[in-house]
Amino acid sequence: MSREIICECGHKNPEGTILCEACGKPLTDDQSSKELLNMRYEGSARRSQTYSRTPIDKIWNFFSSVKVGITLIILVLIAIAIGTIFPQDVYIPAGADPKTFYKEQYGVLGEIYKTLGFDHLYGSWWFVILLGLLGLSIIVASIDRFIPLHRALRNQKIVRHDRFMKKQRMYGVTETDDGAQIIDKARIALKERRYNIREDNGSLLAEKGRFSRWGPYVNHIGLIIVLTAGMLRFFPGMYTHEVLWLKEGETAKLPGTHGEYYLKNHKFILETYNQNNKQYEKSLKRAGTVAKNYQSNVTLYKTSDHHVLGAKPELHKVEDAGIRVNAPLEFNHYQVFQADYRLNEFNKMSFKLTNKKTKKSFGKLSVDLFNPKKEYDLGNGYRVKLIDYFPDFYFNDKGEPASKTDVPENPAFIFKMFTPDHPKGEVSFVAIKTNLEPLGKNDYKMTFAGVETKNVSGFVIKKDWTLWIFFVGMIIFLIGVGQGMYWNHRRMWLQRQGNTLVFAGHTNKNWFGLKKDIRFVVEKSGLSEPVDRLEQKSLEKEREIQA
Amino acid sequence: MTAVETSSLLLLVSFILYTLGSIVFTVSVTGKKFRQKGNESAGKRLGRVGFIITIIGFLSQLGYFFFRWDADGHVPVSNLFEYTTFFSMMMILAFIIIYILYRNNGVGVLTLPIAVVVIAYASVFPREVEPLIPALQSNWLKIHVTTVALGEGILSISFAAGLVYLLAVIDQSKASKKTFWLEFVMYSLVATFAFVIISFAFQSAHYQQTFSWVNEKGNQAKLVYHMPAIAGPHDGTKIGEGFGPLFEAPSWMNGVEAPRKFNTVIWSILGGFILYWIIRLILRRRISAAFQGVLKNINSPLMDEISYRAVAIGFPIFTLGGLVFAAIWAQQAWTRFWGWDPKEVWALITFLFYAAFLHFRLSRGWQGEKSAWLSVIGFVIIMFNLIFVNLVIAGLHSYA
Repeated sequence: MSREIICECGHKNPEGTILCEACGKPLTDDQSSKELLNMRYEGSARRSQTYSRTPIDKIWNFFSSVKVGITLIILVLIAIAIGTIFPQDVYIPAGADPKTFYKEQYGVLGEIYKTLGFDHLYGSWWFVILLGLLGLSIIVASIDRFIPLHRALRNQKIVRHDRFMKKQRMYGVTETDDGAQIIDKARIALKERRYNIREDNGSLLAEKGRFSRWGPYVNHIGLIIVLTAGMLRFFPGMYTHEVLWLKEGETAKLPGTHGEYYLKNHKFILETYNQNNKQYEKSLKRAGTVAKNYQSNVTLYKTSDHHVLGAKPELHKVEDAGIRVNAPLEFNHYQVFQADYRLNEFNKMSFKLTNKKTKKSFGKLSVDLFNPKKEYDLGNGYRVKLIDYFPDFYFNDKGEPASKTDVPENPAFIFKMFTPDHPKGEVSFVAIKTNLEPLGKNDYKMTFAGVETKNVSGFVIKKDWTLWIFFVGMIIFLIGVGQGMYWNHRRMWLQRQGNTLVFAGHTNKNWFGLKKDIRFVVEKSGLSEPVDRLEQKSLEKEREIQA
Repeated sequence: MTAVETSSLLLLVSFILYTLGSIVFTVSVTGKKFRQKGNESAGKRLGRVGFIITIIGFLSQLGYFFFRWDADGHVPVSNLFEYTTFFSMMMILAFIIIYILYRNNGVGVLTLPIAVVVIAYASVFPREVEPLIPALQSNWLKIHVTTVALGEGILSISFAAGLVYLLAVIDQSKASKKTFWLEFVMYSLVATFAFVIISFAFQSAHYQQTFSWVNEKGNQAKLVYHMPAIAGPHDGTKIGEGFGPLFEAPSWMNGVEAPRKFNTVIWSILGGFILYWIIRLILRRRISAAFQGVLKNINSPLMDEISYRAVAIGFPIFTLGGLVFAAIWAQQAWTRFWGWDPKEVWALITFLFYAAFLHFRLSRGWQGEKSAWLSVIGFVIIMFNLIFVNLVIAGLHSYA
């Protein structure tokens, strides 16, 4: 497949080379006939410009094209914009049914949006594929350019071919008897401007900022790392996200930590700004209540290392902490966040067993709404059985009592009361503001005797190994952008041919900067000023203004 | 005088100075009439005066910023008024840097008036000192928001220079697609200005109209309009007598008090239309054609260069603030560093757009006009993220 091109200077160039890697001699006809050389990628042999026979060649050429790359960027841009037209399914109000929500809220357009799957666009297969294609384009386009460019810059010789020199944008010829001295002075001037200088038999190559040529490839590597980090999240173990609702006073295993850590929630605190606060008086009047702090005071425990499976774990206190928004609890690569809360949730309800006629009470019982006991013995032959319990009571389609959820929002109870008068028991149905006797008239009833409420903290537990990969990727990206954009690769060639000094200069960008350096060298060495053969009137004007 | 009053006064001073600076820079580029007195052209001298005025204006605005900080008790970038004002300040800062680098008056002709419009626009939003909600109580507020504003400010210079370029080079002798869209950009600036005038007119008249409606959180609430209701809230009832509404705002607008803001947009479009035609009838030609007369001596290739340079500097700064710092903070405050919230998505869109801009320019050789149009679109995206995402799309960032 590879036919080498041997240049007259003796260097072996890979097939497809436009300018000899070593001496710069134009190897193709069209470059020979041009007035100025196309110096992009040093005229090196890019695979995409050389082969187009096999399907692999064609795929390679497709993805190495910048045009294709830009098209993919624009497609991703349009796709993610579409995702913001209506809210994504994760952002619709809690409890709303995605099946009906879009149609009800946004009409026909909403229905179409939902049908096309735009409600979870960012996780859809086609969007992930689009990102994959973009990643592929970044990789292929970078390899296609980086390898030949790197080769060409590594193999470049100090002495360049005549035609290479003549076809540079900055070019000048100096006739002199004193060539050696001019070169000496130019060397000093170039060193002063921090050029790296290499010499070969009286010819000189001054080079500066070659590393800026790698900028685009460095920033593309950064982006590939970011995309890879995104992919890694689909692998188990890389990313943990768990939710824990914990009542005040309770201790629970932290999910996602493999039973290693336990958390006790002492207290949830909600603070709001004082309405009489002088500083914020006006805005508080307009906005009403504004939250100041959400905080859970907790203790973190670690289980002992030799803990027997199934046995009650031995807990060792690690630390006390106040978890606030913006201040998660961090330990051993885990983060515990204050993410949500529920205030004054029913926790326990108490009742008295009362004789309806005498109003005399025969003892009090307290029902734990999360873990109710089946039977309560009140002594002296009085006892109460809890036959059924509905934490979130309602009447279902059949008209029977049922529970919507397990959260005690609206608790209801069916008690059976055993008293010395009624040893077989009487049945009582008790709910908030309700006291029914479904099986006939009773002599006793359960009277409501108070409720105990508790706040509940909603925690999010995270462990994310990809976080650092994302971060490193973005930093590499930014370094690459700076490297490629704020520095540039400048070169000057100075060659002696008898009484003639031939000068040529090139930069990958910012010709203004190169010209300033050239003028400096010209002034210090007595070289004739080279001409910019692309210079237009407008550039003339620019120099006048900037000088 | 309290800190708030001092800060407002200083902001007003910088507003006036920027207005003055706009005029000076405009005169400085008009050319021949003022040319050649002594060694230095009058244009250059006037340019320097304009630059000094801008510096004083900037210092005054810096004063606003620190007095406001004192009054707030936190860095003043936490609501739309404060953020937008800060954005204009960063735009001026970017202009100052560009001026020092290039000593060119052309960019000032549009940067200063745009900064003036942005400050005026910001002032329409509630200006009371506000406390911080828990999610905003973080040092990242300082770091993230200021870096984003600086990046966006520099990118806006790209727009200003690009627009100067387009105004200078596009053929205005006959109407074309290009003249239409350029004129559309000018109309948008005029409409923003009209919005400010209308807002202050009704504010000083204390106009109020209350509606009862179901708000974006699904609660029964009252919505107070400060402009006559052309578009009322969806399924709202008017309380008391008064004008309108002529029709209802669409139900899918979900931002905070979206119908009121939608009504304001309608007023701005209509007001902008009237103001635009008044100006046009006075000038007796397209606004952009009138600008061309002013800008005919401008060095357009240099404008192209500045427009690109601004992107080269602004793009990594925006990326750092809008994506990297944003992600670090989001991880702390919202438990995830990236959540496809609309504001996040539009920051990513901005990033992708300028990435495409740089590829077009550096790899495909798009320069001059094409590149200038791209810089205009880039600014539209930034403004969309600032205004529209807060107005129409509900999200975690929709404060104010």
